[in-house]
Amino acid sequence: MSDKTSAGMPIIELRGISKSFSGARALKEVDFSCRSGSTHAILGENGAGKSTLIKIMSGVLQPYSGEMRLNGQQVRFRSPSEAARAGIVCIFQELSLMPDLTVADNISISDPPRRFGLIDGRAQRHRAEALLARIRCEDVNPNTLVRDLSLSRRQMVEIAKALGMAPRVLILDEATSALTSRDVETVYGLLGELKAENVASLFISHRMHEVERLCDTLSVFRNGSHVDTFMKGERSPAEIVRMMIGRDVEAHFPQKPAPRDTAPYFEIDSLTWENRLKGINLTVGRGEIVGLGGLDGQGQKELLLALFGVLRGVGGEIRAAGTPISPSSPHAAKTGKTRIALVPEDRKTEGLMLPMSIADNLLAASFDRVSSGPFIDSGKEKAAVEEGIRKLQIKVNKATDAVATLSGGNQQKVVIAKWLMTEPDVILLNDPTRGIDVGTKQEIYKLMRELADEGKAILFYSTDYAELVGCCDRVAVMYDGTITTELKGSAINEEAIVAASLNINTQSAA
Amino acid sequence: MESFKNALAASIRQSRAFYGAVALLVIIYLVYNILHPHGFSSAVLVQNANEMAAIAFLAMAQTVPVLLGGLDLSVGAVMTLTSCIASELVHGSPATILFGMVMTLLSGTAFGLLNGIIVVYGRLQPIIVTLATGAIAIGLALFIRPKPGGEIDADLNWAVTNSLRDLVETYHLFNPDAGWFAPVAWIPVPLLALLAVAVLVWIPFRKSVTGRTVYAIGSAEGAAYMSGLPINRAKIAAFALAGFFAACGGLYLAIQTSSGNADVMQAGAYTLNSIAAVVLGGTSLLGGIGGAIASLVGACILRVISFYFRIVSIDPLLQPLIEGLVLLAAVSLGALRTLRVKNNLDLFR
Repeated sequence: MSDKTSAGMPIIELRGISKSFSGARALKEVDFSCRSGSTHAILGENGAGKSTLIKIMSGVLQPYSGEMRLNGQQVRFRSPSEAARAGIVCIFQELSLMPDLTVADNISISDPPRRFGLIDGRAQRHRAEALLARIRCEDVNPNTLVRDLSLSRRQMVEIAKALGMAPRVLILDEATSALTSRDVETVYGLLGELKAENVASLFISHRMHEVERLCDTLSVFRNGSHVDTFMKGERSPAEIVRMMIGRDVEAHFPQKPAPRDTAPYFEIDSLTWENRLKGINLTVGRGEIVGLGGLDGQGQKELLLALFGVLRGVGGEIRAAGTPISPSSPHAAKTGKTRIALVPEDRKTEGLMLPMSIADNLLAASFDRVSSGPFIDSGKEKAAVEEGIRKLQIKVNKATDAVATLSGGNQQKVVIAKWLMTEPDVILLNDPTRGIDVGTKQEIYKLMRELADEGKAILFYSTDYAELVGCCDRVAVMYDGTITTELKGSAINEEAIVAASLNINTQSAA
Repeated sequence: MESFKNALAASIRQSRAFYGAVALLVIIYLVYNILHPHGFSSAVLVQNANEMAAIAFLAMAQTVPVLLGGLDLSVGAVMTLTSCIASELVHGSPATILFGMVMTLLSGTAFGLLNGIIVVYGRLQPIIVTLATGAIAIGLALFIRPKPGGEIDADLNWAVTNSLRDLVETYHLFNPDAGWFAPVAWIPVPLLALLAVAVLVWIPFRKSVTGRTVYAIGSAEGAAYMSGLPINRAKIAAFALAGFFAACGGLYLAIQTSSGNADVMQAGAYTLNSIAAVVLGGTSLLGGIGGAIASLVGACILRVISFYFRIVSIDPLLQPLIEGLVLLAAVSLGALRTLRVKNNLDLFR
């Protein structure tokens, strides 16, 4: 069993690591070590240098100054494959799967089983089955194309792929952010098994309760420096948060207004689509934040897409201010009499044009507002961009830089700012805080409340129940394409949401 | 058995475009044979196979760079260059003939290899690199053969452009009228050559790590890199393989015409048709989906369409117009899937 061995040898040690990107220091003289058999959390805000650190360890980034030792031996990886051969395997936040290949192909991609030099499809399939079984994903058929899997299944395939490389150091970068609750439990169990096998797990997560529960060692980074490393329990959560952001944080969530009845403004009536939405009834009033809860994949995303005009063949009725509307495309949704905005699920593919500038991305949904005739008016453009950056306090160097150069939290702010420029009446948010840091999350919560107070109707899907509890005036919990429970006022708490998500509650508030 | 059925169902679901192309080819070729006065005869099949072979090889060549998400504009030129090389080398004693054939294939492969090296280490777009190297290939071809001509072994020409029976007879391999041989004696040699190259070269490549990497790059290059795949090696191999297939086309063309001809117009037309054949076969121009066998089918469809002009009387002046319209209609079939899409976002993935 687990005899609390803090005596595990350092398997990986970094000395005086520094790395700059076009003049900006991302890591400054970082010393860091990680023991084998430990589950080690790396905490820090966006831009603290966590990603840079793990990219150096896993061979993605080079050159850098300083030295790295693995089992006491100095190493310098020139590619991710070299690091993987040495036993350092990273599960990245941006998925590293090939959508057009099958699950089995993907899992064995870097070193497939071979017969006579050619890939042995059958052995590869068995291998995939075994690895998927280990993480309780027997439902995933190894012959399916990754393209056809949901985001949460893809993430599990990603984990299976990493396991297949027999890691000695496993790095998880926000690896649980897209998972369903059941899968999260599986991953927790897996980390325990790996610990018993003396594998070191390095864990980056913005979910504090996850870190509290899983990790034995914590390291805090801020502005490219390693602030401190300590054992679990040595510091209080408030202290940790203070170390991360360098300032005190009082309330996590802005003050909610007292529970009240708001006149319905945006009404969803018996909405159906394929077999994913089975008669959704929901209303959102002006000034209200309505949360969508439930386990991942119960139709929440489809509901938001249907409201935004992305889905074909939607049944039922949507009304705004009493008038039926039926947006047929995002363009129609955004330019209709009732303007609708959607902050999409995946900011890298649906939210942003990564190679384009911050300014272009900010204006992407509202070019019509900054143009005179067919041409974009550079004066108006500049004013609008500055306004957007100021309003959301986006940390940018120059507005003409590619949006890809921003940190995750700032990228998400760009997506939100882009949609605010269209002056929407209804704002749909699809898990807007996924994979971003605590500080930015809090800014987003505050902004949501301000927008509600301005009279916007907000529908907010989140996989983080604490967020729903903290932010929403009402929470609708979805299960298998229907809304099973609506919670209001003081009835909104994590227990109630969890119970409703699993569809096990008996006292449904009609 | 059950698992085989499931695998087949999954395969059909995942490659609808390919199975659609096969069905289309079967239908239009059957109708062609029904309408043709001498349909369903070995003679018609042999003639058609001869006309299909070069473009089929080129379509296979084009497939590999397309799977990477690129285009190779030099395939037609490499075919022309290698056919000129063949017209210099492929005659004389059996040993020199064999040597000439090997050299022809090697030179095409080397040219493709060079394309790959320039693309990878020059960090350039394949389309522009191959536009340039294609012109270089034509230049070399003109240098080797300023005027059409050259010599190809006559026996070889006869044996390769006819039925299997004629091949056996030409080289006195065994009694061509043997009873056991009759069921396969009618098969055209060019068809066999195509299948042999597909089975002996393409399928092993597809099942190799390098081949798998080519698909991975076309599917998501960043993810392929992060998975530690040999990106550079796979890209270079892809272009080298394209060069090899193009050289197969060139060698065949030289044997078929018994000469070499540095025809600039022909090279360009073949390159463009190879792209059309790849798309008709169901390979995605975005990369990652498809394969050389599919392109082989696509090339056959393209050729069968042109066969129809022989049996249906149409003003020759209208031929390009009609060919264009039919091609457009055929590729539109591939877009039918978008009618089934219920989530518009899927159209952009």
